[in-house]
Amino acid sequence: MGQQSESIVHEAEVHEAHHEQSFLMKYIFPLDHKMIGFQYMFTGLFMAAIGGYFAYAFRMQLAFPGAEVPLYGFVDPANYNMLVTNHGTIMIFWVAMPVLIAAFGNWMIPLMIGCDDMVFPRLNRLSYQVFLVSALVLILSFFVEGGGFGGAWTSYPPLSAAAEYNLTNWGASLWLLAVALEIVAFLLGGINFITTTMNARAPGMGMMDIPIVIWMINIAVILFMSSVGPLVAGAVMLFFDQRLGTSFFMPSGGGDPLLWQHLFWFFGHPEVYVVLLPTMGIVADIITVFSRKKLFGYRTILYTAFGTGGLSFIVWAHHQFIAGIDPRMANVFVITTILISIPIAEMVFSYIATLYGGSIEFSTPMLWALSFLVSFLIGGVTGIYLGSSAMDIYFHDSYFVVAHFHYTFFPITIIGMFAAITFWFPKMFGRMLDETLNKIHFWGTIIPFNGLFLPLFLVGMAGQHRRIADYTQYPDLASPDLQGIRIFATVSLVIMLLFQFVFIYNFFNSIFKGKKAPMNPWRATTLEWTIPSPPPHGNFAEMPTVYRGPYEYSVPGHDEDYWPQHIPPKSNV
Amino acid sequence: MSTHGPIATHRTATGIPTGRLAVWWLMASEIFIFGGLIMCFLLFKFNNAPGFEDASMTSTTAGAFNTFVLLTSSLTIVLAHAAAERGDTAASFRYIWFTIGGGLVFILVKTYEYSTKILHGHTLTDNIFWSFYYTATGLHALHVFGGMVIMAIISFDVRKNYNLQRVELIGIYWHFVDIVWIFLFPILYIANF
Repeated sequence: MGQQSESIVHEAEVHEAHHEQSFLMKYIFPLDHKMIGFQYMFTGLFMAAIGGYFAYAFRMQLAFPGAEVPLYGFVDPANYNMLVTNHGTIMIFWVAMPVLIAAFGNWMIPLMIGCDDMVFPRLNRLSYQVFLVSALVLILSFFVEGGGFGGAWTSYPPLSAAAEYNLTNWGASLWLLAVALEIVAFLLGGINFITTTMNARAPGMGMMDIPIVIWMINIAVILFMSSVGPLVAGAVMLFFDQRLGTSFFMPSGGGDPLLWQHLFWFFGHPEVYVVLLPTMGIVADIITVFSRKKLFGYRTILYTAFGTGGLSFIVWAHHQFIAGIDPRMANVFVITTILISIPIAEMVFSYIATLYGGSIEFSTPMLWALSFLVSFLIGGVTGIYLGSSAMDIYFHDSYFVVAHFHYTFFPITIIGMFAAITFWFPKMFGRMLDETLNKIHFWGTIIPFNGLFLPLFLVGMAGQHRRIADYTQYPDLASPDLQGIRIFATVSLVIMLLFQFVFIYNFFNSIFKGKKAPMNPWRATTLEWTIPSPPPHGNFAEMPTVYRGPYEYSVPGHDEDYWPQHIPPKSNV
Repeated sequence: MSTHGPIATHRTATGIPTGRLAVWWLMASEIFIFGGLIMCFLLFKFNNAPGFEDASMTSTTAGAFNTFVLLTSSLTIVLAHAAAERGDTAASFRYIWFTIGGGLVFILVKTYEYSTKILHGHTLTDNIFWSFYYTATGLHALHVFGGMVIMAIISFDVRKNYNLQRVELIGIYWHFVDIVWIFLFPILYIANF
């Protein structure tokens, strides 16, 4: 307690440091966590547009092989590979991570734990700048001689290690460099996130009073830090293979290409949970607010998140069942893989229990949150099939896998992103989104999403291989009877992409012309809703003190149906 | 401690100063990077990859001397920290520069080793062992060099009695660099099984 009063005295001293800033310092080189959060968000949304455009181009090629794609041009096999590779890379590294973790982490960590900024604002700015450079390097790699890298986002050697195999000499190296820079940006930002959450919490906020979404972002960052290290080492080795002629992964020089797969998936599988957990947190916050009930099993959710995180380190080889690993080893990974569905299922059950008996309000953020639970369930259940090595031998590299991981990553990334944006938009911009357009956008996204990926399960079960640009070239694989399904999926994608323009219009129109948002439009309890929308520089006029947990809704005996964290109990007044 | 910056920087809900906490997390992420590299090396070694008998060609004497130098420099950075705690900034400044000197000797010996090996034809691309040798020790030497630069910057602040806590932070980092070498030295210089 002595420490606390000391820090309050100290806070009075430092408060005067806030002052007016020039345009350049405020918008281009900001130190304010909210502006850095915006930079991450808008960069992420821009990259999402590129990723979506790539998806449009290669889906059109699959539906109408060899035809010129409107607004793109002809897609030859090399170009097709470049498109799928960079679609995957962009959506994971330049959309899911910056938007879910960096943008909302930057915005919400200081606001929800009740402080004025991240603990290291300059480190935060550096993190974004490195991230921006990484995005520019990736975009540059599309335009160098030979075009962008086409060896899949997993970048398996020897294909990725030698220019004479991948035919994209500089594209492959720039791709690798961009990924490495992106990792550096997130390591820098991650240290800042964890340190802020550990040290800068408002007085009174114990570990179990932290909103779940902040917990999840932090667990995700720790998972990222501890899984990405070996891949950083691997990236250096692969870069040396590409540029200096070493043979770490080249069998011709005594190297081992399987080693890269281990290094990659030791990162790659925890990475799924790195992006899943923040969305799980966002969804937890939204469903408690809109069912006006206390979150069911706060601690259980937290422990299952830790359990998931721990298990995620020992499942990686399920990506390599047909890569030549020992079948006895495969059995071990089958067991751990199937085990990991237990904590995740437990988490989902906690969410359903939260909904049970609540006064549910179907606002747009709630619709996104509920659709996340349903879609992710399909992704999770189909994952159990793929986790079993016996079935994976048949399904591997088929469209079943594509459909499966899009039923996990689409809910995580796109649904999670829209849930968070529609939920926190009033706080971030001080205006309300148009609810009608929001709902049109929701249904216009969620129906075509299922129309796009449900058919791919069927195509996959029919044995369709996933990395073929033009089936008409392979009579054995052509299966013309499946062409109708492929066209259906592509048309769904185009419809879904067109509906995104509704969102873009609504987003920008509401920023400037939307209804002014009140301080707490959703009647929520957490600290970010206790300050003006949008929050001023320094966030809190008076630094808050926390008296209770984050989910005190419909508390018996309390006048209102929500009880914000910063209101002192009556006996104290 | 400086009084500018956000309130957040000056809070310590855990009781651990924010700077120290951040350096520990940085070290955690570094451990995974070097850990991954060393693990790859060991996997190759235990699979009897060709070329690993070349481990006998590295100079154990030079390696042992460098171990001694690096351990001594870890002692001097601890002395610098102790002096800073006492408020004896002049002594702290001196000890920091002793440490930088240690780092410099380390890099000079390393340069000598590299040039001898390259003259004998053992370049980066010779075989997997030498690829690992140059990658691992090179990455480590880069960390030594980075530490020296940061120490030099910190030392002048220390002389002005400013940001004294940073001596401890760079000390943690320097110990980490030391520990990485403690792992690299036996696997690259001594072990020859």
